Amino acid sequence: MAVLVLADHKDGALTQPTRSTVAAARKLGEVHVLVAGEGAGAAAAAAARLPGVAKVLTGSEAPALAEPLAAQLVALAPGYSHLLAPASAAGRNVMPRAAALLDVQVLSDVCGVVDADTFIRPIYAGNALATVKSADAKKVLTVRATSFDPVPAEGGNATVEAAPAAADPGLSSFVGAEIVKSERPELTAARIVISGGRAMGSAENFAIIEKVADRLGAAVGASRAAVDAGYAANDMQVGQTGKIVAPELYIAVGISGAIQHLAGMKDSKVIVAINKDEEAPIFQVADYGLMADLFKAVPELEAELAK
Amino acid sequence: MKVLVPVKRVVDYNVKVRVKADGSGVETANVKMSMNPFDEIAVEEAVRLKEKGVAEEIVAVSCGPNAAQEQLRTALAMGADRGILVEHDGVLEPLAVAKLLKAIVGREGPALVILGKQAIDDDMSATGQMLAALLGWGQGTFASRVEKEGDAIRVTREVDGGLETVSVKLPAIVTADLRLNEPRYASLPNIMKARKKPIETVKPADLGVDVTPRLSVLKVEEPAKRQAGKKVGSVQELVEKLRNEAKVI
Ligand SMILES: Cc1cc2nc3c(=O)[nH]c(=O)nc-3n(C[C@H](O)[C@H](O)[C@H](O)COP(=O)(O)OP(=O)(O)OC[C@H]3O[C@@H](n4cnc5c(N)ncnc54)[C@H](O)[C@@H]3O)c2cc1C
Ligand SMILES: Nc1ncnc2c1ncn2[C@@H]1O[C@H](COP(=O)(O)O)[C@@H](O)[C@H]1O
Repeated sequence: MAVLVLADHKDGALTQPTRSTVAAARKLGEVHVLVAGEGAGAAAAAAARLPGVAKVLTGSEAPALAEPLAAQLVALAPGYSHLLAPASAAGRNVMPRAAALLDVQVLSDVCGVVDADTFIRPIYAGNALATVKSADAKKVLTVRATSFDPVPAEGGNATVEAAPAAADPGLSSFVGAEIVKSERPELTAARIVISGGRAMGSAENFAIIEKVADRLGAAVGASRAAVDAGYAANDMQVGQTGKIVAPELYIAVGISGAIQHLAGMKDSKVIVAINKDEEAPIFQVADYGLMADLFKAVPELEAELAK
Repeated sequence: MKVLVPVKRVVDYNVKVRVKADGSGVETANVKMSMNPFDEIAVEEAVRLKEKGVAEEIVAVSCGPNAAQEQLRTALAMGADRGILVEHDGVLEPLAVAKLLKAIVGREGPALVILGKQAIDDDMSATGQMLAALLGWGQGTFASRVEKEGDAIRVTREVDGGLETVSVKLPAIVTADLRLNEPRYASLPNIMKARKKPIETVKPADLGVDVTPRLSVLKVEEPAKRQAGKKVGSVQELVEKLRNEAKVI
């Protein structure tokens, strides 16, 4: 039986976590992709070009709400052995709902596929990895994108067709969205991420980090303390309850390294920590640790990179 | 309206959990247990709704061992009116918890259920959405703001890239994100008062719910450990190392 991937997309383009989810899905069978929500048409064309995708289904172009989308997934479910989505805010919103409608226990944040029934997922903020076997006839999972190399954006040639319409249960309505516009790469897809913590002291001070980010083509992240204090936007939070990132290079500036923060970045290839406290736990995971005052070190770093 | 708040007993967020030597799970004997941090936020939101006169009664529910009474007492000390313990000693997966909660909802008839967005032990982030599905209710997940508007609830949600607002018809499910509020500490007089508030105990069988797990845990292991690297003495040295040794810039 084929497997179905629910795509995440923005401004008509697929997100990188969607391509990682397709990579995970390819281990399970022939891949079909469902694209729904605003801009679905353009994103469906992009999905059709992904290598390994056999069929693309398009759903409603209305803003994606959990209730109708879950109903759509349930309507399509009989044709599939597995339903997958990236473990993004969107995927986490809809997949557990679809799973419950199918009387299936969802598997969240899957970071390894052992076989069709057996998956690996992190628990306790990634302090442990559980290998679990599902007894459910159908599997519903969300996929931790950083654990699967994304399939290339080009190379496939799938057919595109409209998914049969599913009834909207009419339980909620979309009021509006405030999506932050940024020229910088997306946090979960960036090759380099530089994050600031509570020590940044203000939203204005984040500018020194942004300058380094622009030199490196990096995305900007933050600790929860920095977000709670209003120095950074909520969608910049890296950690157990924020975004999971695994870039080539992660630079933590004025971040102590609480387990909840480490949960979101400790799979980065190279970690740099800039902190004035020698005892800060972040140094225990950093490949390169610089004990320094960030207000001196970060501008110096920018200057050095300009050379 | 009546508000139901499910609260989970979990290993305290400050505890660094250890994987058991035999790979069967993590060490939970003799470690500090607390209410799941997101559930404190959920209780706080319910208490604020009551203080604003929007909610009349708050019922806290926990599914788990007898010791979960402690977490119910914490919820009562924060301002919940009464507690229900669905007592069960084995593993309870989100689907099973959602079925138990559905049965409790059937008995209690709340207009709103506020859950945490995620339990910090299983990190599933699923129970609220599953309960919404089973009840056929709408859901406002990862809420950073909640306002009642007539017969609906307006929920501002933390999504990738920013915020989104949805209006969900009541009865509804909300799951609390970190920035919904800052939970209060229970005062000593309120802790004393909470001792007298009622906690009812029921069993899954009383509710007619089969809680058999769907997942079997084959093994639990520690993730690959990261080695601490080296200290660099200056920004110049750092940049040199990143360029020539790590080759990442
Ligand atoms: C349920 C729950 C979920 C959570 N989820 C997350 C999450 O997803 N992500 C997350 O990040 N946190 C999360 N947290 C919070 C986490 O526990 C920590 O409180 C948080 O990560 C601390 O942020 P911080 O490192 O910026 O601040 P602090 O711990 O205050 O650290 C600041 C650091 O800056 C250093 N410093 C100060 N001044 C300077 C200077 N001038 N130059 C250089 N260094 C300086 C200090 O030495 C210190 O190490 C969560 C907590 C809970 C309970
Ligand atoms: N055993 C439980 N008892 C009461 N509430 C629970 C239980 N398990 C999960 N919940 C609720 O569901 C939320 C999400 O949990 P989870 O889906 O496990 O991440 C928690 O924050 C609680 O509000």
